[in-house]
Amino acid sequence: MVNSSTHPDAAVQPDVIQVVDHLFRHEAGKMVATLTRILGFENLHLAEDVVQDALLKAMQNWAFGGVPRNPSAWLMQVARNQALDAVRRQQNFRSKETDITAFFEHRSGTQSGPESVHFDDEIRDDQLRMMFACCHPDLARESQVALTLKTLCGFGEEEIAAAFLTSTAAMAKRLVRARQSIREAGIPLEIPAGSELSRRLDAVLQTLYLLFNEGYKASRGDELIRQDLCDEAIRLTTLLVEHPTGNRPKTHALLSLMLLSGARLSTRVDAEGNLLLLAEQDRSRWDRAMIQRGLAHLNRSAAGEEISEFHLQAGIAYCHCTAASYETTDWQRILTLYDILVETNSSPVVALNRAVAISRVRGPEAGLRAVELISDRATLEPYYLLHAVVAQFHFDLGNYGEAAKHFQRAQTLAGVRSEQEFLANRLRSCREKQAG
Amino acid sequence: MAQQTNDFLYLFRGGADPKQMSPEQMQQNMNRWFAWMGELRTKGKLKAGEPLGDEGKVLSAKKGAVVTDGPFVEGKEEVGGYLIVAAKDLNEAVELAKGCPIFENNGTVEVRPIEHIPGL
Repeated sequence: MVNSSTHPDAAVQPDVIQVVDHLFRHEAGKMVATLTRILGFENLHLAEDVVQDALLKAMQNWAFGGVPRNPSAWLMQVARNQALDAVRRQQNFRSKETDITAFFEHRSGTQSGPESVHFDDEIRDDQLRMMFACCHPDLARESQVALTLKTLCGFGEEEIAAAFLTSTAAMAKRLVRARQSIREAGIPLEIPAGSELSRRLDAVLQTLYLLFNEGYKASRGDELIRQDLCDEAIRLTTLLVEHPTGNRPKTHALLSLMLLSGARLSTRVDAEGNLLLLAEQDRSRWDRAMIQRGLAHLNRSAAGEEISEFHLQAGIAYCHCTAASYETTDWQRILTLYDILVETNSSPVVALNRAVAISRVRGPEAGLRAVELISDRATLEPYYLLHAVVAQFHFDLGNYGEAAKHFQRAQTLAGVRSEQEFLANRLRSCREKQAG
Repeated sequence: MAQQTNDFLYLFRGGADPKQMSPEQMQQNMNRWFAWMGELRTKGKLKAGEPLGDEGKVLSAKKGAVVTDGPFVEGKEEVGGYLIVAAKDLNEAVELAKGCPIFENNGTVEVRPIEHIPGL
């Protein structure tokens, strides 16, 4: 029957047919983390299969029978049964059977009492263990990020491949290799202790930062996936900062940076999907609540002695978020922060951003000189923003011919339509100025 | 003599390959089913329905002496679920089935009138 009797926990309310956004993905992340703890990190793939089956059952049953009152508990129950089936089939897993039963019995009937808080804590710990294990130094950097997306965020191989502009087959291979390394190197599913903890925490922060940046980059890939990457990075960093092991000034700084940048994400394009300059963005549409959260974490990041790169970048984002307009932005302060940042970060992209800050403080001529002084400027040549920035400096100086030349070069390098349209517009402005 | 009723059986075969779907895709697929079935329900067309599990047995030969695990036929042949839908005739039943999300994943819907035998 429609109000299915096959799952007793089902809420028989045909009108309640929605589940929260990304429920499947987030539950997948939690279930994989918990089941992997029980089955062993070396059996990650088995845990992933079990979770896939549980979600499949939900997809089929809920569509017909309605969504159960507690979807998470329903999923966990199904996953438990699937896991038991799987371990019973394999002789060498027999010892796990009691582990699974014990784990789930301990939780049954405690969905709303104080014990469920304890259970939520356990799941949170499982996710953190997974986060630290995914960033083990025996795994290649790109595998760390891919593995985090797969196991903690519930992304599919196709979705991860789309986020990193690679083929699904290549991504699948990368994940297979990662699981192999986990088995062969015997990587433990744990939060390391002692001096290793601080090193590993750095790796985790770096992975989360990469995840966010991959989403934040304006220049590539599918808009929706990019938004998802930013959201996931913020979600995981929040999880980390709320845990004693992750509650460090540096983590607060990273989260602040993500929130203060994420708050402005949706205003970077207009209604037609055209890219907007910071100066052109509708600041009234910036997400105030997110900015407030970002400021709160920025305050908490100031607790220690260390000034990390995340602190500096969050500080720059703060200046943008709190300025009433592009013109009244505290460019002097931004420049100061960039001056410190370039001392430790040799990225030419950072140097290019610093040149923009210099032009705002000392004029476009100084900006041009700063670009010329970027030490490995050659690596920036294929990057459209270099040419767009130089073009804008020339435009501001009134060298419209020179500006047009550089905008044209930028246009041929730009990857996505919104950037090309944006540059075509700038080019038209140059021509009009030249004609006028 | 069998009589026409206003009930029709929908049999769903094939559709998305769950092994290839990400959690997000599964949720989106489910949402499309929610939307379609919700519409049938609102129109008062939906009478019953349930999904079918993969496991099962097929009985054959005299007195069902031969029992095999199954159905385990080709994925695209296996019936994944059924609905009973009220419609004034086969045409309307077919029209209502056209909104089914299974077609986005190359599945099929078989629409059959349910007949009623008086006195049975």
